[in-house]
Amino acid sequence: MLTTLFRIIKYGFLGFWRNGWLSTATLSIIVLALLVFEGLMIFNVLTKTALEAIQDKIDISVYFKIDTPEDDILQIKKSLESLAEVKSIEYISRDQALEIFRQRHADDPTIAQSLKELKENPLLASLNIKAHNPKDYVTIADYLDKTHSKIWFEKVTYAQNAVVIERLGKIIDTAEKGGFVLIVFLALIAVLVTFNTIRLAIYSSREEIGIMRLVGASNSFIRGPYVVEGIIYGLLAGVLSVIIAAPIVYFVSPYIKIFISEMNLWSYFTSNLIGILGYQLLLGVALGVISSTIAIRKYLRI
Amino acid sequence: MVIFQNVSKIYNSNAHQSIALEDATFTINPKEFVSIVGKSGAGKSTIVKLLIGEERPSKGRVVFSSYDVNKLKHKDLPQLRRRIGVIFQDFRLLHNKTAFENVAFALEVAGRLEKDIKKFVPQALEMVGLKDKTSNFPKELSGGEKQRVAIARAMINHPDVIVADEPTGNLDPMNTWEIIKLLQKINELGTTIILATHNKDIINYLDHRVISLENGRITRDEEKGKYILM
Repeated sequence: MLTTLFRIIKYGFLGFWRNGWLSTATLSIIVLALLVFEGLMIFNVLTKTALEAIQDKIDISVYFKIDTPEDDILQIKKSLESLAEVKSIEYISRDQALEIFRQRHADDPTIAQSLKELKENPLLASLNIKAHNPKDYVTIADYLDKTHSKIWFEKVTYAQNAVVIERLGKIIDTAEKGGFVLIVFLALIAVLVTFNTIRLAIYSSREEIGIMRLVGASNSFIRGPYVVEGIIYGLLAGVLSVIIAAPIVYFVSPYIKIFISEMNLWSYFTSNLIGILGYQLLLGVALGVISSTIAIRKYLRI
Repeated sequence: MVIFQNVSKIYNSNAHQSIALEDATFTINPKEFVSIVGKSGAGKSTIVKLLIGEERPSKGRVVFSSYDVNKLKHKDLPQLRRRIGVIFQDFRLLHNKTAFENVAFALEVAGRLEKDIKKFVPQALEMVGLKDKTSNFPKELSGGEKQRVAIARAMINHPDVIVADEPTGNLDPMNTWEIIKLLQKINELGTTIILATHNKDIINYLDHRVISLENGRITRDEEKGKYILM
């Protein structure tokens, strides 16, 4: 049993080594397929981060009239928090608003000067409301429109931004769905190409397989080395694809940061390296083993 | 002991029937040297294929020692094939394995130990005269040498029967005689040999039992037969 296992592994390595060119060609195709997977993984992270960043920028702000008592504002905040659609509410008092304004314009002496000349704080207290889903802003806006506390509202930003928010919501939705379809489509192509490549490699040794059967080899003894070869393909391709991807990610990372400031692709890549490598190895080995097992089946009928 | 009992093999292809073997009955006893002769397409290879379970008969029964060949399950065929050595016209060596590994393969599939392989394979290769070519790949060997590797592989498991299907068909006369002499030697050591051939000189030289086939039918079965032109 152990001798047989040893022989199967030995022949797996020998087959890989002696069919040098064929092995290299097959290996490169699997590396390409795995690079596609890796690209898809990164693409997925990018769109997710980008969409989250956009979502995070959407909110509704309610500005209160200057003489609104703070207790009433907090009351409204509490009632809003009871809505299921609301993710978070930030209360910014008039003093805080002033402080933020000051900090933002600390470098601008004219504004600092003009602020000093004002006797009273001109800024309004506000509530910044964020929803779980961009679609929920309509509901929240409706609620704000109907509430009896409306008398205290100076302005609600939703009215001006409604069209933009709605459109962004739709874009985010389509991007998520489209991304998913694209990923499934490309992944399918990568799987099929890999399967076909391994099938061709095994097709080229169909006569050998027949001879082995006629000499009295059992199916598992014939299949074994091909499965081992599949594992070797998978492991090598997994490592190679990560090695090839690393410099690409390193160079692309700064450009990505221009578009999505929240995304540091290189640090994402390095901190998730083990996970990515693990995924790639698993995918590679699974592709190699499953393809070989299926491809060899019909030549074992002799 | 090989028994064919009223064996027929008919290939059906799109409403077109072709009879490869019709109602063949014969028995081959242990240690016999039997030649099966006939033109191409007479059914020689069909007999070989039926015996090693590569094809199943349409009718009749094929028995090899304790195996009822046509009733064997696919997964039990390797057991049978380890007890029959087969030699083909086109050698059928594993092209990415060396001469040594090709012979060793027959032992490995039977699960034999590494130390047996190290001992028996060189012996077999020496017997067929290839002591110096053990680590050569098939593409580095001549036709005659390839066929001798195939013979070493066929006899390494000490099978009860060796079947040779036109083993000299691709060889020049010199190599032909060496192969035939090797088969005779193996036969003298106690192995049954079934030789399918259409080479008249070989048959007349061997002076053993001859089964003649014509269009899938057995026309003669004679001890000390001669090749008779049909």
